[in-house]
Amino acid sequence: MAVAAGEVFASGSQELHVLAVDDSNADGKIIERLLKISSCKATAVESGIRALQFLGLDGEKHSGYNVNLIMTDYSMPGMTGYELLKKIKESSACRQIPVVIMSSENILTRIDRYFFNSIIFLLHRV
Amino acid sequence: MDRNHPHRQLALMRQSFFDQGYLDEQFIQLEELQDDANPNFVEEVVTSYYRDSARLILNIEQALEKKPLDFNKLDGYMHQFKGSSSSIGAEKVKAECTQFREYCRAGNGEGCIRTFQQLKKEYTTLKKKLEAYFQLARQAGPSETACRPK
Repeated sequence: MAVAAGEVFASGSQELHVLAVDDSNADGKIIERLLKISSCKATAVESGIRALQFLGLDGEKHSGYNVNLIMTDYSMPGMTGYELLKKIKESSACRQIPVVIMSSENILTRIDRYFFNSIIFLLHRV
Repeated sequence: MDRNHPHRQLALMRQSFFDQGYLDEQFIQLEELQDDANPNFVEEVVTSYYRDSARLILNIEQALEKKPLDFNKLDGYMHQFKGSSSSIGAEKVKAECTQFREYCRAGNGEGCIRTFQQLKKEYTTLKKKLEAYFQLARQAGPSETACRPK
């Protein structure tokens, strides 16, 4: 998927920078490795809050890192993938960043405007 | 190859994990991501799994002591546990997670408690086996078997 996104975005000169958000450190390592194999620059963080910090959306006065794609787990403790998506889409700085949501549960109770311009990637049901 | 050669021992040990149902193909997927530049990738992922899940186990234990049982919460924890156990290919642990979730949905507290004991047993058994495996792998040194199985 990262490779497909790379074809859309990369003009070949710049590496795609993907931010992976997953509360499971094991899964985060796997995603990071997969992305690196696909020639992406990858940063794995373990929560929505950390993701917002990384993006510079945590209200602190610092600019975030440049990110081309966000991949996030859906069900996470604290801030869910949905809540993270909402914050990203509400931010003028980051709303253009495509967001891929990974879920193995059919718990998407509503598809609303925040999901517009994001991709929901339903994993094999666990 | 000498049958006591560490690489052969390693290969036999590894095969036994699959034959006895401790690990499934997902573990092989992890091995495929390992290479000379990332020679300890599988061990790193497994170590992360055991670190993350130790916390989860504590949470579940605490939740199992509350009366009445909050089956929704328990199911939520187990969903997480099953997910990460899947990621490393922990087949028997995964099966216990499935069983546990069925008992949650049925509101069967006894079943949950019993299954959780079984789950912890499988979890600990696998941990010991993998620790021995990685230790042997380190002693055996770099080899084809440890990285890209045919």
